[in-house]
Amino acid sequence: MTTVDIRDLLSGPEPDPAGDAGHTAHPERAGFFTDTSVCIGCKACEVACKEWNAIPEDGLSLTGMSYDNSEGLGASTWRHVAFVEQSVPVRAPDPPPPADPVTPGAEVPRPEGRTELRWLMASDVCKHCTHAACLDVCPTGSLFRTEFGTVVVQEDICNGCGYCVPACPYGVIEQRPDDGRAFKCTMCYDRLGAGQEPACAKACPTESIQFGPLDELRETAARRVEQLHEAGVTDARLYGHEPDDGVGGDGAFFLLLDEPEVYGLPPDPVVTTRDLPAMWKHAGAAALALLGGVTAAFLGSPAGRGATTVRGRTTARAAARTAATAARAAAHRRGTRR
Amino acid sequence: MTGSDVTRDGPRGERPGREAVPAALQPGKPPGTGRRRKGKGRGEQLMVPRAEFRSYYGRPVVKAPAWQARDIAGYFFTGGLAGAGSVLAAGAGLTGRHATAKAMKVSSLAAISLSTAALIHDLGRPERFANMLRVIKPTSPMSVGSWLLAGYGPAAGAAAGSALTGLLPRAGRAATGVAAMLGPAVAAYTAVLAADTAVPAWHDAHRELPYVFTASATAAAAGMALTLAPARENGPARNAALLAAAGEAVAVRLMKRRTGIVAETYEQGRGGRLLRAAERLTAGGALGAALLGRHRAAAVASGLALLAGSACTRFGIFHAGIASAEDPRYTVVPQRERLDSRPPEHGNGRSERPGRHDRNERKAQA
Repeated sequence: MTTVDIRDLLSGPEPDPAGDAGHTAHPERAGFFTDTSVCIGCKACEVACKEWNAIPEDGLSLTGMSYDNSEGLGASTWRHVAFVEQSVPVRAPDPPPPADPVTPGAEVPRPEGRTELRWLMASDVCKHCTHAACLDVCPTGSLFRTEFGTVVVQEDICNGCGYCVPACPYGVIEQRPDDGRAFKCTMCYDRLGAGQEPACAKACPTESIQFGPLDELRETAARRVEQLHEAGVTDARLYGHEPDDGVGGDGAFFLLLDEPEVYGLPPDPVVTTRDLPAMWKHAGAAALALLGGVTAAFLGSPAGRGATTVRGRTTARAAARTAATAARAAAHRRGTRR
Repeated sequence: MTGSDVTRDGPRGERPGREAVPAALQPGKPPGTGRRRKGKGRGEQLMVPRAEFRSYYGRPVVKAPAWQARDIAGYFFTGGLAGAGSVLAAGAGLTGRHATAKAMKVSSLAAISLSTAALIHDLGRPERFANMLRVIKPTSPMSVGSWLLAGYGPAAGAAAGSALTGLLPRAGRAATGVAAMLGPAVAAYTAVLAADTAVPAWHDAHRELPYVFTASATAAAAGMALTLAPARENGPARNAALLAAAGEAVAVRLMKRRTGIVAETYEQGRGGRLLRAAERLTAGGALGAALLGRHRAAAVASGLALLAGSACTRFGIFHAGIASAEDPRYTVVPQRERLDSRPPEHGNGRSERPGRHDRNERKAQA
């Protein structure tokens, strides 16, 4: 295939984001795999991130959300540990060992109706999407794709338009109120350039945060989820690992133990620019409709007419008829397009 | 509902004290009702029955823009007024309605100047506004819009300047033509600007929003023409008002139908109130203009109603968008429905069916 469909650049699988952004002979795409099943909620990642990137303090409040007092990702929180307390039914001891010496064939008593605490912890971070909406909509070119395939804000370019903020399907990037500019995780671009791993991964004591080439991480993650399923943890699932999802796969993906929305993650995020061609098409049609409508308004009231009572009324009525017809036609067009 | 048993209002389900009587022994309370579901997250106290969904302490998933309503919704209004006004000005000029033409050129210049001021004021770093013209990016509606304004603004200015001073009439006519060709784009692109975000109420309406915006812009410009121009020249403005009001009514209705559960934000709260006011003002203004527009006083009243209606439409859509971003339900529920309706062979990927524990838990809560 010689021609590139613009749609392929806006959404869908994209094997080489750094190359398509113009980097030649670039390193492998770097990524995070955050395995929440071994997260212990120590927040070392949050602290290491703040320290290394010199992020300012952004409020010291007690939220009442379990041990989570940093609330969510934002301009000054680039790693965020979520804490979820759930009560789940007590797990029955899984299949009784085949050679049960006590009473062969007897039912193992099931703890029906009893619940126990399940404490979920997960360290969230910018997803460094394959198709990054924040980057696509940035009007200044401040957001760019690095040679590692990550997405970074250039603070000396950002003029604080704030467009990236509502564009992000994960609610990651944000403007710092007293500064005006937008900030988010850089995957420690400075450390990567020096051959170091990001501060959060370096600080994680349980290897819940793993850093490396994205392809390798995806293999590691697939093995890990299989291992957990074999161990009876049927809730384990990967999130953001698939290259054909709504954002073309995340550069930072996760192993979760419950549905993504429980951790504050969108269940099926889609890069908004996937629909941009359709939006421009409709905007073009709407602009032409404006031009046509005003032209019709002038044709319906030629100069010198419309001054007398009778003709004025006729014109207004004719215009009403035209409007109704146009509206019906528009509705019909839209109906058939679907 | 949240995904956690501990909510910001405390633990869900009351913790029995030392003297607590077991639920089964309490008078008048059938067993099994001891577990109480209370305290949905903060900001979820709307009055409609809630669809079941899970979230992280009721916190939003996407971030609402930090844009000021006065600046950005105000810009949607003034940008539309300027853009559609330039088309009316050109039409009036071509058909010999010179008072209307001049008034609309001045109105467009004033509106686009206000727009630019509002846009720069809303920047986090206003002194860096020129960075908008650092690149040309078709994937960024804001970049496209900046370049549109950079072309349209001077044209609208030249058209108004020539009309006011009588100088350089030929250049003035050319500028009027350029402004009339770029005007509809200025009025339409702001819809793409809003829709090209993860804000549910804006993105989900991305097909209808451009038509709502251009119709609303036409209504505003027609309203301005009715307010400023002499009654003997206002025939086209009255026609345009009717067309625009009908078009907007149809487009808004389609938009509400297409956006499903998210349409609630267009019907409730501040967004809903503003859009209801917009509907009445626009319909009233258009009908008033059509029936009584030959009388100057009635034309002015109708024109003002149309202008107010257009402003209410823009502010209503702005606030609906903010509301839809701030409540996780409008992000989670449609995405969850989409995911669950996807055939398994296509891989609904990120959600393997919930495990035994989740299912039991949900049954217990139901």
